[in-house]
Amino acid sequence: MPEAIRLAFVIAAKDIRAELRSRTALLSALVFAALVLVIFNFARDPTVLAATDLAPSVLWVTFAFAAMLGLNRAFNVEREHGALDGLLLAPLPRSSLFWGKLLANLAFVGVVEAVTLPLFVLFFNVDLSAALPGIIGTAALATVGFVAAGTVFSAMAVRTRFAELMLPVLLLPFMVPPLVGAVQVTSRLMAGRPLSEMLGWLRLLALYDIVFLTISTLTFAAVVDE
Amino acid sequence: MPSYDGPLLEATGLHRSFGAARILRGVDLRLQPGEALAVVGPNGAGKTTLLRLLAGIMRPTQGEVRVLGRVLTSSAPETRRPLGLLSHQSLLYDDLTILENLIFAARLYGLADPAGAALAALEDVDLARRAHDQPRRLSRGLLQRAAIARALLHKPRVLLLDEPFTALDATAAERLRVLLRGRLAQGLAMVLVTHHLTEAWELASRVAVLAGGRWALDEPRAGDLAAFLPRYHELVGA
Repeated sequence: MPEAIRLAFVIAAKDIRAELRSRTALLSALVFAALVLVIFNFARDPTVLAATDLAPSVLWVTFAFAAMLGLNRAFNVEREHGALDGLLLAPLPRSSLFWGKLLANLAFVGVVEAVTLPLFVLFFNVDLSAALPGIIGTAALATVGFVAAGTVFSAMAVRTRFAELMLPVLLLPFMVPPLVGAVQVTSRLMAGRPLSEMLGWLRLLALYDIVFLTISTLTFAAVVDE
Repeated sequence: MPSYDGPLLEATGLHRSFGAARILRGVDLRLQPGEALAVVGPNGAGKTTLLRLLAGIMRPTQGEVRVLGRVLTSSAPETRRPLGLLSHQSLLYDDLTILENLIFAARLYGLADPAGAALAALEDVDLARRAHDQPRRLSRGLLQRAAIARALLHKPRVLLLDEPFTALDATAAERLRVLLRGRLAQGLAMVLVTHHLTEAWELASRVAVLAGGRWALDEPRAGDLAAFLPRYHELVGA
């Protein structure tokens, strides 16, 4: 295995082990996701608005904000005791640090999404059996993009005085394209529309992933170096 | 690594500014194997900034740092491998045990036996019995010993120390001095930033005074500390 990839896995494994030990961000995100679903479920008047009209937006708003909690923590743990200095001092490419953090964040958001999806089905009483593979694929495609952007902005925000407030301000504008794309694809999947109607949005999601993975890998050193 | 017989650490014309504040104003430094440079100076003189520049975790506004003859840049990770840093923070994660923290560091350095190296480093600082504790459970002194173990874990050839004796009791401080003397005898080069020259004096082969972002003095250590202190106070205007 190339050294840069091995180092990325070493960092991801450390983050996952630390999160499993503390479960701080994971529990917060899961509780948050459940609460959002409960609130949206009871705030909706079923005689006015069908569940399938609202469900895709609710699903992605829940995913996005729950993910934000994990992304906020990604570099906050590096700030405690100056641990980030230890990473910057070690003989690893800055890109390995980015990819390690990205892998750990993807694992975190993946778990949150995997737990949230059944709750979403339960609360909104929607039948996803036919659309499920498509929704999982869309979630994977959209999540990679906004988590890549979130990883970079998390590293940027952690050096500011109000890191927890700064991350949403920086990240939310950049989350709009993947969220719009994901909502559009999810609505069509739930309505049983043909794949041809979603191709444009799927291309947008794929393009966003490629652009943000490339830019993030290339610019990460400038973000973390003082 | 190919053999290299030049200075282990060399800094040329280091400048560093934060906005309008000029912290370092042209610092040069050369360290040969076995040399220990004690850097002293008043608060705000730029000692910690100098250490961060030498470690490559902060970029100089001007000037360059060479480690074993190679320019230190963030895009050349191998140039950082010979460096060890003891910061004023422990660089440890609270959610991992001390042993897990050190194994993680050993993996970052690609050591062949991460667990063995981690345990050996903890033995060196007499902390093996607390290996499975999390950093938050350690006293300030024990945490400092864990941080020292992390800094020495990969057997660096250049060691950068920021107040290494902070919070250590007399026994632990003496143990650290013996450990560092042993590493110096093996060819380590060391920069030791401190306010407590009493504890570092015997270790240092050179003493430098940083004041106003420049060297006010850089000379081999000679005589005893009592004779040096009046000169130091005169240099820093204390």
